[in-house]
Amino acid sequence: MTRIFAYVPFKNGVTDDVALEYPDAAKKIDAGASLTAVVTGHGADLDNVADALTKTYSEVIKIDNEALAYPNAEIVRKALTHVIPADAIVLVPHDTFGMDLAPGLSIKLDSAYAADVVDFEGMDGATLKLIRQELGGAVSTHVTCDAASGAVITIRPGTFAPADEEGASGTVVDKSGEAGDLSAKRTFLEVVEAEVGDVDITKSDVLVSIGRGIEDEDNIEMAQDLADAMGGVVACSRPIVDAKWLEKSRQVGTSGQTVKPKIYMAMGISGSFQHMGGIKGNPFIVAVNKNPKAPIFQVADVGIVEDILDFMPELQEAIEDL
Amino acid sequence: MSMIITPADYLLFGFFPTVIFSFLLPVIGVGLFTYIIARRIAPLVRANPDYRFDNIPERIKNLIVVWFGQIRQPRYMRAGVLHIIIFAGFLILSIRSTSLVIIGLDDGFIFPGLDGTLGTVYNVMKDYAATAVLAACIIAAYRRGIIRPARYAVPEKYGHDHTAEAVFVLGLIATLMISESMFEASAVAYNYQALGDAHFPAVFSLAWFFSKMLGFASFATLQGLHIIMYYVHDVTFFFFLCFLPLGKHFHVITSIFNVFFMRVKKGNIKPVKYGVSDEQLDDLESFGVKRLEDFTWKHMLDFYSCADCGRCSDQCPANTAGRPLSPRFISIKARDLIFKNYPIKSGVIYTSDKLLVEDIYTEDEIWSCTTCGACEQECPLGIEYIDKMVDLRRGMVDEGMVPQSLQKPLKALEKRGNPYGKMEKKRADWAKEKTFAQTHTVKDLGKDTADTLYFVDSITSYDDNMQDIARRTAIILEKAGMDFGVLGKGEKDSGNEVLRFGEEMLYQELKAQNTEAILESGVKRIVTADPHALNALKNDYTGLPPVKHISEIVAEKIKSGALTMTPCKNRDNVYVYHDPCYLGRHNTIYESPRQALDAIAGLTRVELEKSRDRSFCCGGGGLMLFYEPEEETRMGVIRVNMAADAGANVIVTACPFCLVNIQDAIKVAGKEGEMEALDFTQLIEDHLA
Amino acid sequence: MEILVCVKRVPDTAENEFELNAEGNDLDRDDLVYSVNEWDNYAVEEAIRIVDNLGGSITVVTVGDDEAEEVLRREMAMGANNGVLLSDDAFEGSDGRGIATLLKAEVETGNYDLILTGAQADEGAGQVGGMLAAMLDYPYASLVNKIEPGEGKIKVGREIEGGNQEMNEIELPCVLSIQTGINEPRYVGIRGIRKVAGVEIPVKGAGDLGVDAGSVGEAGAKTKRVDYFVPDPGDGAEMLDGDTDEIIEKLIEKLKAKGGL
Repeated sequence: MTRIFAYVPFKNGVTDDVALEYPDAAKKIDAGASLTAVVTGHGADLDNVADALTKTYSEVIKIDNEALAYPNAEIVRKALTHVIPADAIVLVPHDTFGMDLAPGLSIKLDSAYAADVVDFEGMDGATLKLIRQELGGAVSTHVTCDAASGAVITIRPGTFAPADEEGASGTVVDKSGEAGDLSAKRTFLEVVEAEVGDVDITKSDVLVSIGRGIEDEDNIEMAQDLADAMGGVVACSRPIVDAKWLEKSRQVGTSGQTVKPKIYMAMGISGSFQHMGGIKGNPFIVAVNKNPKAPIFQVADVGIVEDILDFMPELQEAIEDL
Repeated sequence: MSMIITPADYLLFGFFPTVIFSFLLPVIGVGLFTYIIARRIAPLVRANPDYRFDNIPERIKNLIVVWFGQIRQPRYMRAGVLHIIIFAGFLILSIRSTSLVIIGLDDGFIFPGLDGTLGTVYNVMKDYAATAVLAACIIAAYRRGIIRPARYAVPEKYGHDHTAEAVFVLGLIATLMISESMFEASAVAYNYQALGDAHFPAVFSLAWFFSKMLGFASFATLQGLHIIMYYVHDVTFFFFLCFLPLGKHFHVITSIFNVFFMRVKKGNIKPVKYGVSDEQLDDLESFGVKRLEDFTWKHMLDFYSCADCGRCSDQCPANTAGRPLSPRFISIKARDLIFKNYPIKSGVIYTSDKLLVEDIYTEDEIWSCTTCGACEQECPLGIEYIDKMVDLRRGMVDEGMVPQSLQKPLKALEKRGNPYGKMEKKRADWAKEKTFAQTHTVKDLGKDTADTLYFVDSITSYDDNMQDIARRTAIILEKAGMDFGVLGKGEKDSGNEVLRFGEEMLYQELKAQNTEAILESGVKRIVTADPHALNALKNDYTGLPPVKHISEIVAEKIKSGALTMTPCKNRDNVYVYHDPCYLGRHNTIYESPRQALDAIAGLTRVELEKSRDRSFCCGGGGLMLFYEPEEETRMGVIRVNMAADAGANVIVTACPFCLVNIQDAIKVAGKEGEMEALDFTQLIEDHLA
Repeated sequence: MEILVCVKRVPDTAENEFELNAEGNDLDRDDLVYSVNEWDNYAVEEAIRIVDNLGGSITVVTVGDDEAEEVLRREMAMGANNGVLLSDDAFEGSDGRGIATLLKAEVETGNYDLILTGAQADEGAGQVGGMLAAMLDYPYASLVNKIEPGEGKIKVGREIEGGNQEMNEIELPCVLSIQTGINEPRYVGIRGIRKVAGVEIPVKGAGDLGVDAGSVGEAGAKTKRVDYFVPDPGDGAEMLDGDTDEIIEKLIEKLKAKGGL
């Protein structure tokens, strides 16, 4: 039987969204596989998170150690190598922590490695079939992964269907004693928070991006309200910066920022390739433009022919009513 | 009673011959002047070579028209007229001043040739000249000191104000005029009183007034004044001579050389190094201007020659738009550095490890230039800027100092032959547009042959909004009965801006590839609708068939009757033609597009105040579209507002880059719906019979 | 400081339109242009800045065929001192682990204090740096956007979610994967590349590196790409019709499905 171990990161006692996405991924790997959540940390937060995970996972392994209080990938890796069996499949999110942890973990476990997986097509014997993307999302590939001696897989967050939180009533297994030596040659110092008020559009998953269709500086507020409702930030195309309505740091395009959101709301943007060149990572693009011939409709996923000045407030209201 | 005693014979305190001063002052003055000039020439000797002894007839013509004729001065009427008066006065009085120096040694001296009637005429002229110069100086000082035209102001970041120096020099000139006139007037008054000799100066001249004023002065006063004024003149004259090379008035001496050596060709860019062929470029240790001595001697002479008149910066679109560039200070900062590096007195010599773009200039300053050429067109002294900008950029490119926003298009040009990174095979896709393709086919000269090559260039080939220009151009050529084709994927970017942005080797590659493809196609002539391509192929490339802009073809074909125009379809519109820099200033094609437009009956056309060789750049083409300058207002917006002020609602241009910039600017200026921009080919094709 | 920077020659995403070949199992590579992986440029620039301040030398290494030499030359034109090309028929088809194995062998021939890689390359895996570090038992940090060298150790900033920066102290020797934006890489033109055109670049095969040919290449790969495919991009946008309320309803449904709400 395939044994899958899913590493669940958490922050301030709240688990990462990926915790609910693992069950779907695991099912796609092998419907009959066993799925175990693994959490590492220290103190009450860890205990709470482990307990909470029992609602989704039948088994939750926790490793408690002072050295794991901050998720230093170098230390987490050491801890995991001691508790994960050699032939297991390990799931890790493909995020800034997963990228730090997973490649080295695969070496230490002597397992195969596949990164940023967007879909699985099941097991063929010990061979795992999966789908990932290359060249900045321009092409997809089918990949086989020999998992006979285990595999470490990072999955793209947000691509697997989130599970119902109340699906299981599992147990917590404390393996703190098996973690072994947790010294590391890399020491965590501090997290330097991004400057307050300094909006970094490259970091946001939802961008409400405005172009000439906004017509007037005062109308930017509408876009801001919509962005707030959607939990995103306001970006823009070059003319808005030229008009000095927004700072340069908000501009998307070859001459501005390169962004990789999940949702890109192109509001009154015509869609020059200079602008589109700044959008990477194949986001879901919603284009609203009153000109039905705007080139943006060629590249968008969803197109709406409306005046953004009428459309944005209505959409915002509808979202807030949800 | 005898005549007044001249400085050559005068005995100071009754025993000391002043002729000793008359001898010593010129010896010291000329000696000092020679030394100063030698110091000033020192950096020119160490500078890079510059070939400026070609096209001698053209250079002599410039000397006559630009230097002697002061043709560019009246472009700024008030300052220009004042300058012409002072300049003409100086020319006339230079003979008098030289004579005066010798008169101090030999009072009988008369300048060769000026002993007869000519001498009498000359004397009248010089009296009026001195008077006019004095008057001009007073007005000029009033302008500089009291009215203070904005053009002369020095922003804090560029250093100290030059008004004091300007007024001081005007004072020196005034002193020369007054002392010369006084010297003469005192002699006239004396001799009249003593002998009744009535050789009065020209009526109402300064000397005439003085001689009348001194009519009742005592002999002793007049004698004293005569001697004192002579030496005031002598001292001032030599002081002035030695003072000139120390500041902005060096142009009084250098202008004649600077104009003689000024640019005679248009539109081209200097080689990386004179005397080094394109094939030898790889052997060069360093490219471009990184340190002071990397400038050519002519460019250093330019720095010496700058009179700080501010006309270049007043015309500069980058300066007007609030970019960190003011061409005048490119010269002045370099001159200040030369003065620091090559001091007149021995002393601490300023040295710096920094590149010029880190020391006296900034990177943004040098990237801000659109190479529109307005500054060079204006400079009364023939100072060049574009070649200096390109040389400084070559230096930056060589050091890897290229803004990230420009690195992407440069890399794409290297890999794909266009700045957008689009695929080569899609270069002629504009001809595949459905409605166009149904009725028109464009030959691919990779497979087919034709007489004429239509060189499309990158923006018209790839930019969705500009491809229409290509289709219109093709239809115009077709209707004009021309046998033409395109190079398709064999065409690369013309490299006009690649060269001007300092990426010489990339430009060389593009040039080599295009040249080979063009020659291989066997065409007899080249046509383009992109003035930047026109300029590169015509002025930078060598050995190609003749190149013309589509507006020239249209004007010719209308004249020959091959093309006829229908009456204007939009009688309510008011059209204005915007001269693209690379069509107008760099290639002097001003009339063809206007003639073609005027051939459309009933078309209402107005002119911009800044038009033809004073056209105001739209914001720049080629790589400039990718560069993100710091600026207060976009150049295009300024231009659109100018067109609105001229009463136009349709701006017609003849360059795809102008069209992009102006179309954008109309939107930024909030004039969408009120104004529109059209390319020349669009308007013409719409009105072809 | 002796620095090794691992670089890769990749299809240039900015300058290509990717299409599949006639068989549909590989990219149509005829019209592709290749260049150095964007992230690697930042790594080399960072190495140059460190060496400018502290002295030392920079070696760039890549695994690839003859054509991969061009990226080594480009990085040497930027300022790297030496280049090494790891090339052997046996290396073809290596997965990340195979590449890391080869790089490990190369690292062990030198005496490097610092090994830099780009945070990721064309495959978007971001795997080689972390694997190499684990094989060498060197400490590792990924997505590094700040480096402050110190005595025997360095301070590194990692780019983490929300635009925050995680500061770490890391002992030398170590492996770091460099994120874009850490610096502004200098421009390299044709002239720069020509200047280093004559510099000898040693080519090392399996024998030179002392690696078992069976542990790398296709034979050693546990992860294999079967084919390429392009998910149906559709014909432009799906246009939403109807009155505004209907449109908004449909849109919200879609946004929900994409995790946008």
